[in-house]
Amino acid sequence: MSWIVRAAHAIWEFVVGDDPVTAFGVVVALGATALIAAAGAPAWWVMPLAALGLLGLSLRRAAR
Amino acid sequence: MSGQEIGLALSVFFACAVEAVEALTIVLAVGVTRSWRSALTGVGAATLVLAVIVAALGPALTQLPIDVLRVVVGGLLLVFGLQWLRKAVLRYAGLKALHDEDKAFAEETDAARSAARAGSGFDGYSFTIAFKGVLLEGLEVAFIVLTFGASQHNIGLAAVAAAVAIAVVVLAGVLVRAPLARVPENTLKFFVGVMLTSFGIFWGAEGAGASWPGGDAALLVLIPGVALASLAMVRWLRRAPAHRAVGEPA
Repeated sequence: MSWIVRAAHAIWEFVVGDDPVTAFGVVVALGATALIAAAGAPAWWVMPLAALGLLGLSLRRAAR
Repeated sequence: MSGQEIGLALSVFFACAVEAVEALTIVLAVGVTRSWRSALTGVGAATLVLAVIVAALGPALTQLPIDVLRVVVGGLLLVFGLQWLRKAVLRYAGLKALHDEDKAFAEETDAARSAARAGSGFDGYSFTIAFKGVLLEGLEVAFIVLTFGASQHNIGLAAVAAAVAIAVVVLAGVLVRAPLARVPENTLKFFVGVMLTSFGIFWGAEGAGASWPGGDAALLVLIPGVALASLAMVRWLRRAPAHRAVGEPA
């Protein structure tokens, strides 16, 4: 394995860890916030709802 | 000092204190059982590498446009914060074992005693274990220092908070000469998880173009809101039928 692949793998492990679904959900929530804000509607509520929803889902997966 | 700066200083201080306790346990174990000189050389080398990373990435991060910086940093802080919070909630709910510094110290000293010794000179094992321990725990702190500091254009304050936390933990370690087993590690991790998640939500939304009702004051609602919701999840998990005590700490 080249050092670039190893470095990429280490960064992935460091940032995303063992829960890629949550990381993906955060990216989707940021995108949704940007779209709603660009349309001129209030978008501040998206991130808090998404964060708590993602935490709840992550905990449910871990508790199974 | 503004509310955001206080939040920055407290988050960095406690995150750094938690990681410093874990690094101290590793360094103490190899120092006591093998070679203090080699272990401390490893600590110095790791500190130097971390300083280079912060010095190289810090100024580069502050050059980014503030909205781009906040959406990237907000997203990263949120991913990181949710990981800390998830582990802390699982530990509070009894679904994950609490981190035990005494046990970690015993395991490290056993491994250090059983590892081969090269001679009376420089001990490569002590150096490597201390270097890796400090570097890995320190990277998480460097990440928090850089992201929090860059988002507020105040890396200096974040670095000072980190340095004070390390000094406090090292001083406590020198005084008790044992792993700091009585530090309420899960409580600190819960607190740091709440702060990272709240700031991640705030900056991520701002960077993506949203405006918070009340501006910065929204953090005064977000932080307790995230804390209360997380505590409610602890109660929910304790009552869940699948509740079981499992696992070793991560």
